[in-house]
Amino acid sequence: MEKVIVKNRDVVVPGEVLAEGMGFVPGDGTYREGDNVRAARLGLMGVDGKVVKLTPLAGPYVHKVNDRIIARVKDILMTGWRIDTNSAYSAVLGLAEATSDFIPRGADLKQYFDIDDWVICKISKVTSQKLIDVSMKGPGLRKLIGGRVIKVNPAKVPRIIGKEGSMISLIKEGTGADIQVGQNGFLWIKAEPEKDPKVEAAIRKIEAEAHLPGLTEKVKELFK
Amino acid sequence: MNREHLLKALAKGVRYDGRKLDEYRPVKVEKDVSHSAEGSAKVTIGATEVIVGVKMGCEKPYSDTPEEGNLMVNVELLPLSADRHEPGPPTQEGIELSRVTDRGIRESKALDVKKLCVTKGELVWNIMVDACTLNDDGGMFDAIGLGAMAALQNAKYPELEDGVVNYDKKSDVGVPLDRDPLPVTVYKAGPHLFVDPTIQEQLFADSRLTISVTRENTIVALQKGGPGTLTVADIDTMVGIALKKAPELRKAL
Amino acid sequence: MSYDKRFDGRQFQELRKMEAKVGVVPSAQGSAMFKIGNTVAIAAVRGPREVRPRFMQDPTQGLLRCHYNMMPFSGHGDRVRPGGGRRSKEISMIMEQALRPVINLQDFPNAMIEVFVELPQTDAGTRCAGITAAAMALAHAGYEMKDLVTSVALGKVGNQIVADVNYDEEAYEGEGGSTDIPIAIVPSTGEVTLLQLDGEVTQEDLKKVIELGTKAAADIFAVQQQALKDAFKETA
Repeated sequence: MEKVIVKNRDVVVPGEVLAEGMGFVPGDGTYREGDNVRAARLGLMGVDGKVVKLTPLAGPYVHKVNDRIIARVKDILMTGWRIDTNSAYSAVLGLAEATSDFIPRGADLKQYFDIDDWVICKISKVTSQKLIDVSMKGPGLRKLIGGRVIKVNPAKVPRIIGKEGSMISLIKEGTGADIQVGQNGFLWIKAEPEKDPKVEAAIRKIEAEAHLPGLTEKVKELFK
Repeated sequence: MNREHLLKALAKGVRYDGRKLDEYRPVKVEKDVSHSAEGSAKVTIGATEVIVGVKMGCEKPYSDTPEEGNLMVNVELLPLSADRHEPGPPTQEGIELSRVTDRGIRESKALDVKKLCVTKGELVWNIMVDACTLNDDGGMFDAIGLGAMAALQNAKYPELEDGVVNYDKKSDVGVPLDRDPLPVTVYKAGPHLFVDPTIQEQLFADSRLTISVTRENTIVALQKGGPGTLTVADIDTMVGIALKKAPELRKAL
Repeated sequence: MSYDKRFDGRQFQELRKMEAKVGVVPSAQGSAMFKIGNTVAIAAVRGPREVRPRFMQDPTQGLLRCHYNMMPFSGHGDRVRPGGGRRSKEISMIMEQALRPVINLQDFPNAMIEVFVELPQTDAGTRCAGITAAAMALAHAGYEMKDLVTSVALGKVGNQIVADVNYDEEAYEGEGGSTDIPIAIVPSTGEVTLLQLDGEVTQEDLKKVIELGTKAAADIFAVQQQALKDAFKETA
């Protein structure tokens, strides 16, 4: 008896039975237990043919290679910098990955990145023990000047960015702000002081209603 | 970088949530929130939330004050309420909050400890006020001060039977309160003065002044905090702000 | 004289009125409130964060650390001195062990997840309410869990097996006394992750108690699930 128990896009909780039957394939965020496919975390249920999967609604950030993140320089090492990535694990930015320019031997590393500087960087390596390397070499990767950084739920980042960046563009156009989104849940906002509250309000609204339909229209309303 | 941005915004008279510099977030006071306590209140200011409970006990008075009961005020910065509050013994931050809140009530004699005497030299009431933070989004001095007053207003003596407290029976007699002192804390970041900071604003402030104001608009306690300095003009302005804001907060009681 | 009518008039297997809500501590990664009768537990999840003290960290997976605490004004009579004590430490530990089997912390080597449980008001069954709230908070924080964990305070009062003991029943001094039996269960498998007993029962009694516990847990589980889902309902 093959049966999908829960409706597509329903909110499900850990342990909840999503589908019954051996024909279903447990995708991301789900697991098989006997005849049943169950949810492994809090999320939105989705069925794609025979694959049952889950879009998480929450969860701590898990570092992945090639993720673009926003981070803060917290220490200067002998051969690089230590970076705070908004998680239990700090990352290392090595000399060779810091810039396309040549860094001479014995140079004062503070000239490149100082403590409390914020950067957008890319994760280049993650070991099983969560030793993380980042790189600043790549399009758009740079030190962030001015503006401020806010924290959001990392699970909501895809919705904040939107399909092909459509949602974040809406906010940028509506407020004239420059916004950079880190996969790790840090967001950098640079806006005129009068517009700043609107930027954060829009982002918080998306965070709160990411799972509901019609969000794009609601966000458009904020900027009318 | 975040700090520079904040100073720029404050210079334009605007804050991240659209408030003016002398504006509080929405203030809400709910009384009688814990039935285990003799009196209690929950205060929310924006996203900051604190619960305050009053417990009462009957004991022998201290030998040097045989006709007086005792007041004790304690603040617990629960690790539940913020990442930066870690489990462990009270920190400087928690101790300062406890002592400043205590002084605001004690020095104004808002609670008449002489009226807490049952039998001179034998039995007096001890009133113990505990504030537990539930969500720390800044502005705790004022939230706790307001909560302590509200909890005390809500408190009723338990019945005293032959010198022993019966916690299962509550009388309808309240504790002897007057003057309703409330703290208003004005923060300073760069040259800018503002009230009721969010936690982001609070962490970037250089200094603050907590001013406890009574219903008659007198000042009964002051505490300057933070590593920065205040000019004499600053102090006068800050006290002026407090005298204006305290009656507004008092309306929530 | 046996205990044949409960002090508050409930049926023997009847639970007190329950209420649950998630997201009650907005600055935490996950949080929940669970209220049963007059016992209220608030749980907040923080982390993953570095392990303190460092030497306790586990390089193969994350640690789960629980902190159970009663607010000073939450006790039945006298003020409870802050700082916990041995009782709080033991309860913190059994809470960890009740929750640990369902969570996957493989993605967090050398780090820890902390769950803080605070009680503003109590009327017995505090560790059970705490575990029930903590499970919701962990799910709300988005951790990978094979299921929630549900906990209920069972008991034998006089000669009667009951579900959801309150303070008066815990303190019962009539014939047969009062035996306190907190239990925690994984709803989908029926596995037991917490079991304590304080009093006196026969083996037969214990079988009946656990059976009653499994039934009671189903009711509490429904409340937990609903609270998590309600957080995502469309607001009017």
